[in-house]
Amino acid sequence: MPQNNAPAPYARRSPFAPRWPRKLLGTLLTIAVTLLGLLFVTFMIGRVMPIDPVLAVIGERATQAQYNAVYLELGLDKPLLAQFAIYVNDVLHGDFGTSIRTGQQVSDDIRRVFPATLELATLGTLIGVFIGVPLGVLAAVYRGTWIDQLARLVGLVGYSMPIFWLGLVGLLVFYGILGWVAGPGRLGVFYQGIVPTRTGLLLLDAAIAGDWTVFKDAFSHIILPASLLGYFSLAYISRMTRSFMLEQLNSEYVTTARVKGLSEWNVVWRHAFRNIRIQLVTVIALAYANLLEGSVLTEIIFAWPGIGSYITTSLLSNDMNSVLGGTVVIGTIFVALNIFSDLLYRFFDPRAK
Amino acid sequence: MSDRPTPSPRPGLRAWLLSDAPSSRRQARAAAWYTGWLKLRANTLAMAGLVVLVLLIAMALFASLVATQDPFVQDLGARLLPPGTDAHLFGTDSLGRDIWSRLVYGARISLYIVALVALVAPLLGLIIGTVAGYMGGIVDVVLMRFTDIFLAFPRLILALAFVAALGAGIENAVLAISLTAWPPYARIARAETLTIRNSDFIHAIKLQGAGPIRIITRHVWPLCISSLVIRVTLDMAGIILTAAGLGFLGLGAQPPSPEWGAMVSEGRKYILDHWWVATIPGLAIFTISLAFNLLGDGLRDVLDPKEAGK
Amino acid sequence: MKTSRSFQAAALTAVLLGSVALPAMAETPPNMLVIANRIDDIKTLDPAESFEFAGADVSRNVYEKLVNFDPLDLEAGFEPQLAESWEISEDGTEITFTMADGHVFASGNPVTAKDAEFSLRRAVTLNKTPSFILTQFGFTPENVEETIVATDDKTLVIKLDQKYAVSFVLNCLTSTIGGIVDMATVMEHETDGDMGAEWLRTNTAGSGPYKVVDWKPNESVLMDLNPNYGGEKPAMERVIVQHIQESATQRLQLERGDIDIARNLSPEDIAAVKETDGLQVVDELKGRLMYWSANQKNEMLSDPKVVEALKWATDYAGMSGSFLNGQYTVHQAFLPLTFLGALEDKPFSYDIEKAKAALAESGFPDCGAIEISVRDAQERIDIAQSLQNTWSQLGCDVSLIVGTGAQTLDRYRAREHDIYLGAWGPDYPDPNTNAGTFAYNPDNSDEAGATGLLAWRNAWGIPEMSEETLAAVTENDTDTRKEMYLALQKEHQTVSPFGIMFQQIEQHAMRDNVQNFISGGATTAASYWVVTK
Repeated sequence: MPQNNAPAPYARRSPFAPRWPRKLLGTLLTIAVTLLGLLFVTFMIGRVMPIDPVLAVIGERATQAQYNAVYLELGLDKPLLAQFAIYVNDVLHGDFGTSIRTGQQVSDDIRRVFPATLELATLGTLIGVFIGVPLGVLAAVYRGTWIDQLARLVGLVGYSMPIFWLGLVGLLVFYGILGWVAGPGRLGVFYQGIVPTRTGLLLLDAAIAGDWTVFKDAFSHIILPASLLGYFSLAYISRMTRSFMLEQLNSEYVTTARVKGLSEWNVVWRHAFRNIRIQLVTVIALAYANLLEGSVLTEIIFAWPGIGSYITTSLLSNDMNSVLGGTVVIGTIFVALNIFSDLLYRFFDPRAK
Repeated sequence: MSDRPTPSPRPGLRAWLLSDAPSSRRQARAAAWYTGWLKLRANTLAMAGLVVLVLLIAMALFASLVATQDPFVQDLGARLLPPGTDAHLFGTDSLGRDIWSRLVYGARISLYIVALVALVAPLLGLIIGTVAGYMGGIVDVVLMRFTDIFLAFPRLILALAFVAALGAGIENAVLAISLTAWPPYARIARAETLTIRNSDFIHAIKLQGAGPIRIITRHVWPLCISSLVIRVTLDMAGIILTAAGLGFLGLGAQPPSPEWGAMVSEGRKYILDHWWVATIPGLAIFTISLAFNLLGDGLRDVLDPKEAGK
Repeated sequence: MKTSRSFQAAALTAVLLGSVALPAMAETPPNMLVIANRIDDIKTLDPAESFEFAGADVSRNVYEKLVNFDPLDLEAGFEPQLAESWEISEDGTEITFTMADGHVFASGNPVTAKDAEFSLRRAVTLNKTPSFILTQFGFTPENVEETIVATDDKTLVIKLDQKYAVSFVLNCLTSTIGGIVDMATVMEHETDGDMGAEWLRTNTAGSGPYKVVDWKPNESVLMDLNPNYGGEKPAMERVIVQHIQESATQRLQLERGDIDIARNLSPEDIAAVKETDGLQVVDELKGRLMYWSANQKNEMLSDPKVVEALKWATDYAGMSGSFLNGQYTVHQAFLPLTFLGALEDKPFSYDIEKAKAALAESGFPDCGAIEISVRDAQERIDIAQSLQNTWSQLGCDVSLIVGTGAQTLDRYRAREHDIYLGAWGPDYPDPNTNAGTFAYNPDNSDEAGATGLLAWRNAWGIPEMSEETLAAVTENDTDTRKEMYLALQKEHQTVSPFGIMFQQIEQHAMRDNVQNFISGGATTAASYWVVTK
């Protein structure tokens, strides 16, 4: 598995790798059990918290009678397992309950905040891929030279950077001092509500509507956080690309191709690179999954109204319905991307068959 | 292998270590370590990382000597002083405390967290992984399914949830990070156990009448430990960053303790006019985690022949 | 590879474009007011449920009340709004309001006494957290049919359970929960007999100058003019309140002209704004108090001399002169300045010698362990750290327990804290709002469960002082009432386990063309309709 070499932040193998070749049903069952487990663990954390969920609803001034009313309304008088069963049943019907903090349906909230994270993570991954892959290839081709060392250093610095700090400094420099990019948030105040929401991805919505001023403003907001996230996935992607390429470049057929007199460019891109594409896709899928869940701190620094900051602020205000809903969504996507990369790998990699 | 002449205090020892034909297992093992060390020494970046770490550890150990002031003493009249004023090397923070001294004492907290997590998480993984691998069958299925569930979790969010449930604080942060970090170790331990389980010497021990607990603790664990240690070293920077992230969110060490992530968080209010308050602790976090990464990267080269084949 | 190379080119172009995409605006449109504020506390827009600062700002601009404050003359107290006049029965238990003409809801429906009846009954019946502001006069969901009655479209009669100071009753009606909603529109959206509660959470139906067009929780509130507003047309036709958490960000946006007003700047950022051309800072005294309180269940802290020592060992001036600079003023009585009868005496100052002397007289000359419970807000943590620093000099072993709002509150209400460090803002603009919680606790038993009362939370049983507090709400002579509160505070200051430290000053930083922005002082909320620029 390619993930084995992954360094710390991404060091996670797909949970499903060893057991895949069994039937599809088995896989589906596994997913179901995993998701149920995920739900259960989060639910229990929420319920054993030494915090009173009722207080989160009613605040400081409520009387005992109001307290009791909400206590019953939340079903807290029922046994824990019964509460869990009710919750699972609701979730299966697409009902994640009401958010205490926003007063709205959690499913509506998630529908609103998730596209923001998706947009950010997607752009971040794109940046990571478009810089990371060439960098990794170069590092492999010019292995041992300063290019290789530089690529390595870039990667190591990426792994070592506290992202919340880098975001802070980036904001100070590029927004505060240089004024090259727009500040926190997704869109300038004046541009809000101009473009109709189709996909929830602002860049895409603006492009569809053909409104390029909105597009530009949205881009100016997203580029800094996306670049930061991109840097982190770049570090991972370039390292993996380098090690895949090295393996290819040392293989016999590459030597053969060279002997046949093919140009180095041809050898590297037409032959070696072509062979690592599948492996790369699996790596990119994992990097993508990691950005989706890992953008929490970035979202907080950049006041990005995404699911990471949604879950975190909900957690800090003891709004467990939102935390549960958000975690389930992120967890599901994470599992799905893992499975996707696994399937790809299993089906297309000759050695895995 | 490096053919650079390496100075050594005792040539006899060096020859013994580099002997092509070790005469004992002890010599072979020592020789392996020594060649590894030589390789590592040849790696400038890794050595730089090592030096930084040694300095940091020394700084943490002798904090009371290195710090110029009490890290907790406030002086509301001398707050937010820029670096270099009045014997404050890195200036003062919003309550007039000396940032340098706080950094020095903060190193203790970071190292303390790393050390504890590096102890707890692999141990947890080791127990679960070896039991699953050795027992097999339904135990294996259940334990590994459990591991998978934890793997599927958004990790930082899980850590956040744990801390929120347990209450903020260093020990709880350690526990939360460990609870999210153990699954990879469990997988490694399980894989190792599977290969060891069917080996001849385990069969032999079984014939002598040893029970499963004895076999796991006395014979399987020692063999798993080296691969876990390697993995932990590679993970250290990640642990530091997670701990700092929790501190930044106010869920790690509690005020007034000088935890670096919390210091960044405290200073972020002042970033526009007093950049050093947030920037310097951030640089400290970066330095220590880069040092761990450089060292880990060097170690990987030494220990993983596939990666190092160049 | 061909496809991805052209894709790469596209991405590169996009990156280059981005670097030149400077924030385009230098100024907000002249008829639009853009405010940066922390509005993540808004949970609902329903006046019967809304009980947060940012929510009150919205509500005040959307809903009119029977009586209300004039933003340009807050000191005048409540004045007629939807009610043009009122009469009090001889025994003082019945108030008859006569409705004014010319007030129209955003839907086009005129405001009648029936709407007022509906709105007040609704607030009592729904029985949400702020309902105590009304129910303290004896209204219950069972008796509203008799106690709140519109006899015709112009007349509303409310019957109280006993005689109260009229100013007390009317002050309460100026609070958010007194907002009058459009009965017809609300009932159109009723589901399952909820009196429109679900709909009003996210929609508005008021007769105020503005209506809410869009509310994205934790992001923004967008208000446009109410086309049918009866009063003078406001200069600002659109108001956008943007949630910006960070002070530094708010300041940058203000400096760049992206926003008109920044409401949460730190003292450092305020200082910088004052130095910037084109910007101004306007101070406004708010009602919020910052205090610590000692749980009387704790043996050491129930020793009055220990509490006195702690009061002397609090660095009031040091804090208000440094990290709280300009944003809090030292204040040591439970009524905030500008409230009727607020006591200005500040008997305590930072004096470690007096503190040590007091401690020496107590039963605990060596002090002991003290835990300060504080929520995870930077300002409060800073105060807690300062207390920790100065109290430690008395020999106390002080530690901080930092938690989320609910965690900290949970311990407080369960009377499990040693010292609670917190803030208290008045619920309605009458002195009883604070007297009734700081100085009222007739039954201190655990069974009483009076979790709403600060005195109870600190296990401070005060049967006699409670009587005095009760007496003050029925006194109709304003000067006598004032004297009663002054006396109450004086006593409270010396004997209570409350160390009241500061009163908040809100510093609004704004573009210098913005005029008449008033956030409501200590008594009410922001009024956007008088703003010009």
